[in-house]
Amino acid sequence: MTIATDTLERAVWDILGTVEDPELPISIVDLGLVQDVRVEDGRVSVRLVPTWIACPALALIRGRAREALLSLAGVRDAAVDYTYDEPWTLERVTARGRAQLAAHGLSVPRCRFAEPAVCPYCGSHDVVAESLFGPTLCRATYLCRSCQNPFERFKPPADA
Amino acid sequence: MPGVLTAIADPSVRDAFREWLLRIADDELVIGHRHSEWTGVGPDIESDVAMSSIAQEELGHGRALYEQIAQDEGSDVDRLAFGRAPNEYRHAALLEQENDGWEYSIVRLVLYEAFEGARLRLVAASGQEPVAGLARLLGREERYHGLFAETWLTRLAGGAVDGPGRVQAALDAAWPDALGLFEATPADDVLLRAGVLTSSPAAQREAWTDAVRPVLESCALTMPTAEAREGGRRGVHTPAFGRLLAQMTEVWRSDPEARW
Repeated sequence: MTIATDTLERAVWDILGTVEDPELPISIVDLGLVQDVRVEDGRVSVRLVPTWIACPALALIRGRAREALLSLAGVRDAAVDYTYDEPWTLERVTARGRAQLAAHGLSVPRCRFAEPAVCPYCGSHDVVAESLFGPTLCRATYLCRSCQNPFERFKPPADA
Repeated sequence: MPGVLTAIADPSVRDAFREWLLRIADDELVIGHRHSEWTGVGPDIESDVAMSSIAQEELGHGRALYEQIAQDEGSDVDRLAFGRAPNEYRHAALLEQENDGWEYSIVRLVLYEAFEGARLRLVAASGQEPVAGLARLLGREERYHGLFAETWLTRLAGGAVDGPGRVQAALDAAWPDALGLFEATPADDVLLRAGVLTSSPAAQREAWTDAVRPVLESCALTMPTAEAREGGRRGVHTPAFGRLLAQMTEVWRSDPEARW
């Protein structure tokens, strides 16, 4: 059985949308990790952009993505690689991804870490950074002085 | 796709570039191990987590750099990181010294991060992809380390009682080893001639001194005048490294063929 390349390509994007980041309740597509997908004669190659080079989840994400691709009918082989060609930035996160992270209680800057932080619980700007280094490499910890809740904020690699 | 090393036609330039990559990866691996020794015993919970995170990042950076060499040579990252004789490591002595108090670790972090940021910019400008791209990404991650280090330096040096004196003593102790970061080897000359490296070790050292001076002086610290202590870039290390290496490689040596 031969599956048309464009159909397969759509199926590849769909199944990548089910692969979750192990540290956040968000798919790798919504997090903006998938740079491009190439399908040729049942062979799929996917390039991912790492958020943090030292993120311990990189190998796991790559393995899960490849496993998902190989489960697709019509896929004969799958390669998943990280590319260093361009930086991962907050603009890559989809609107749905932002909503999922917010529902998880994580504050996400619109585009730069340097912009003022907002409490994800009460919306106050009266917040103070407790530490740039939180429970994972991509999260910093804050305290909201309005509602007194501690919260975490997504920390991208520093602005270039 | 050929790796970064096989893409370099001239064997002498290829060897020199490998030496440079190895040096950077070894610096990151060794300082990462030292930072990790603060896990569980940092002065407060935030700093404990911060130093542990910085350790994790440096080890991750080392891994990414070793991968560039390993994939070209059909070797594996763990063997490269853990399976060499002590004199085959190319890190500078600054990174291997014991954590002689929090103030020493902070001073070392300030001095090393200033160096590392500038070095990554040189790698990014080397034109050697994908390592140049990798260096651009690593530079963004290192930025937070410098911020953390300088915040702590200011806090310690501005402390009452014995703070300033202890930070100055740590700076004086670290200085000769910090200058050893710029130890020149024949590999630097080869890379300079080939245009891969665009700043000599002497020029890098001068730029670094200009960069750290205002940071140190704003903390009312005195710039030390001691000479460089060299050797690391040629594989000559202090006894501290022998102890570090024995501990760091203990698990790997128990079964080098194990799959993790």
